[in-house]
Amino acid sequence: MPIVDVKEVRKSFGSVEVLKGVSFGIEKGEVVAIIGRSGSGKSTMLRCLNGIETVSAGHIDIAGHPLDASGQHVLDLRRDVGMVFQSYNLFPHLTVEENIRLAPRIVRRLPEAQIDTIVERVLSQVGLLEKRAAYPEQLSGGQQQRVAIARSLAMEPQVMLFDEVTSALDPELTREVLRVMEQLAASGMTMVLVTHEMEFARRMAHRTIFMHHGKVHEAGPSAEVFGAPKTPELQQFLSAGAIK
Amino acid sequence: MITEFSWNHVGLLLAAARWTVLVSLLAFVFGGLAGFIVALGRTARSPALRFVTALWIQLVQGTPVLIVLFLSYYGLSVLGLKLSPLVAATLAMTIYASAYLGEIWRGCIQAVPIGQWEASGALAMTRWQQLRHVILPQAVRMALPPTVGFSVQVVKNTSITSIIGLVELTRSGQLINNATFQPFQVFVVVALIYFALCFPLSTASKRMERKLHAHR
Repeated sequence: MPIVDVKEVRKSFGSVEVLKGVSFGIEKGEVVAIIGRSGSGKSTMLRCLNGIETVSAGHIDIAGHPLDASGQHVLDLRRDVGMVFQSYNLFPHLTVEENIRLAPRIVRRLPEAQIDTIVERVLSQVGLLEKRAAYPEQLSGGQQQRVAIARSLAMEPQVMLFDEVTSALDPELTREVLRVMEQLAASGMTMVLVTHEMEFARRMAHRTIFMHHGKVHEAGPSAEVFGAPKTPELQQFLSAGAIK
Repeated sequence: MITEFSWNHVGLLLAAARWTVLVSLLAFVFGGLAGFIVALGRTARSPALRFVTALWIQLVQGTPVLIVLFLSYYGLSVLGLKLSPLVAATLAMTIYASAYLGEIWRGCIQAVPIGQWEASGALAMTRWQQLRHVILPQAVRMALPPTVGFSVQVVKNTSITSIIGLVELTRSGQLINNATFQPFQVFVVVALIYFALCFPLSTASKRMERKLHAHR
């Protein structure tokens, strides 16, 4: 059974149907990119995966946790599914280390000594051990995003979701964040990324899903999706990106 | 017997000002506790809680404090609950403060960016954990200047409790004026004492506000 199993998911905001029956599966250790135009439903799809948005219909099973329109079990699910946001969303009143310690302490209720080990590990993973006492506002955007990744990793999730995590960053800072994500992928983490970084998706993602008008329009191994797009919509989307 | 306004009277006014301070403090503490509940209700997920607390705020803010005071002193006594002037005054001022503080703090809670809710939620925190560890610490920082600013209103509005016979600063001024017939001298001193109580508060509020904005 795939670690992420999405079946016929629909999501409406009022009378607007954003997701119109989306289905896909992701195997453990896979890195999957979701691409598509703004408004294609890709971010909404990702947000449904950890219950920030509740689905209107259909079924999601992720890391062994079922999720349906009732919205139950969402806290159990979120323990195993990490999420990183475009706007970092670090807690500004806490230091880097406190940002990371908070959830392991109050949600996982781990002993302090064990949290110490986790903090060391995740901060060195993102290369920011020396910034542990800094406050978020003292960090660059790229550093903040790396802390956000570390904070999420401290929950020791089985699946990581990335929602356009480099969209707010300039190219140089984007590189340092992508480097961290690349190492994470190499370590075997299951990752789902909504991204505008086509080059990164092509290189890093085992598979790529192209969403269009609330549906999976085309999907397959990234080499095929980017190298030989079949549908005119994807061809057009990719060539528009190439010009930019 | 008419006496001359003297330093003795100033001493009496200062002594009476202790009641003004006491009612203000009680109103602030109890009003703060009630206001916190109102703010949580206003930002709750339950529509019923949001409605009830919104109604409370509208009712209290749409009613003169004086009428709330009459209700808690004369109104309740008709119903058989005879409160002392101090308790009635505290009750009325608490009701008043709960609505205003509740509304101020609702604004501060809602001013915390939605991303903070999403990020803490994504870390599997319960709603209460989110509030306690992520949202409220940020809201409190924003809330400090307007809260201290509002305390000035509380101090000044305790003057209406003079009407139900609580001998606080204003009532004491009235009594001394009755004895001296020197309203100008008496009430200038009364005003100066109020000013001495309120000025540090409004200064503190302004300073906190500057600090908050400089920090951003």
